[in-house]
Amino acid sequence: MNTLVRENRNVSNGDRPTPEQFITPAATVRESADGYTLQVEMPGVNKENLEMWVENNELTILGLRAMLSIEGMLIHRESRSENFRRTFELDPSIDAGKIGATMEQGVLTLTLPKAEQVKPRKIAVA
Amino acid sequence: MSLVRYQAPTSVLWPSFDRWTTLRNDLDTLFDLPFWADASRQSQLFSGWAPALDLHQNNDNIVALVELPGMRKEDIDISLQDGMLIISGERKEETKEGNGATRTERYTGKFRRSITLPSRVDMNKVSATYKDGILTVTLPKAEEAKPKQIKINSK
Repeated sequence: MNTLVRENRNVSNGDRPTPEQFITPAATVRESADGYTLQVEMPGVNKENLEMWVENNELTILGLRAMLSIEGMLIHRESRSENFRRTFELDPSIDAGKIGATMEQGVLTLTLPKAEQVKPRKIAVA
Repeated sequence: MSLVRYQAPTSVLWPSFDRWTTLRNDLDTLFDLPFWADASRQSQLFSGWAPALDLHQNNDNIVALVELPGMRKEDIDISLQDGMLIISGERKEETKEGNGATRTERYTGKFRRSITLPSRVDMNKVSATYKDGILTVTLPKAEEAKPKQIKINSK
């Protein structure tokens, strides 16, 4: 699968002077005979704050962080507050209608099955 | 891009400093490393995994947040030693049949983060939760470390 990562192009900025910044989440892609498995790391994102869509054979994942409100002062910070966004170009063999998704502990797992006609098939000799 | 003959900087001028900053930022973007990443995180860039850690404090508690997506809670260890909070663990490589990974960006293996706590904590009351890939460790401050209001008595 081509995991071409697009720049975070904003469709329209409207009157906002600065485009929204996104973090590209780390991803792992595995291929098997039946399809692909895509795992995307988005700590702080739960399934309610996740949006995914397929358009022009491109899969876009948008993860909005659920901000933990902790009272008190922030004294050391390494995390980032920007939301996650990443676009993957789908292999033409993928059946986009059968994409399955689960979200567990900040990791989104997508199963992208290959369409039946492209799966390797054994032909029995009659 | 233009080719410029190297000139040794004669003094620490801001323009030349800025050039290095820009270069560094470019490199950081290249590796998708946050620009504010401190030295301790960068040194771990090639040796493994250094999850992001935030520390909050209020009058009663110190709260540490660590980004640990996709762990099992059994694989996370939290300990306190000499006023330091140590969070360590291991994310195991998932072994799957098939042709294997065609692209791997997620870290697997061991990590260890430690941070000196700004005040003494009550070790017996430390609690931790793990939700949405974020570990939250709540460390109640020891009684003697809590700020105290002192009343002024008027005569």
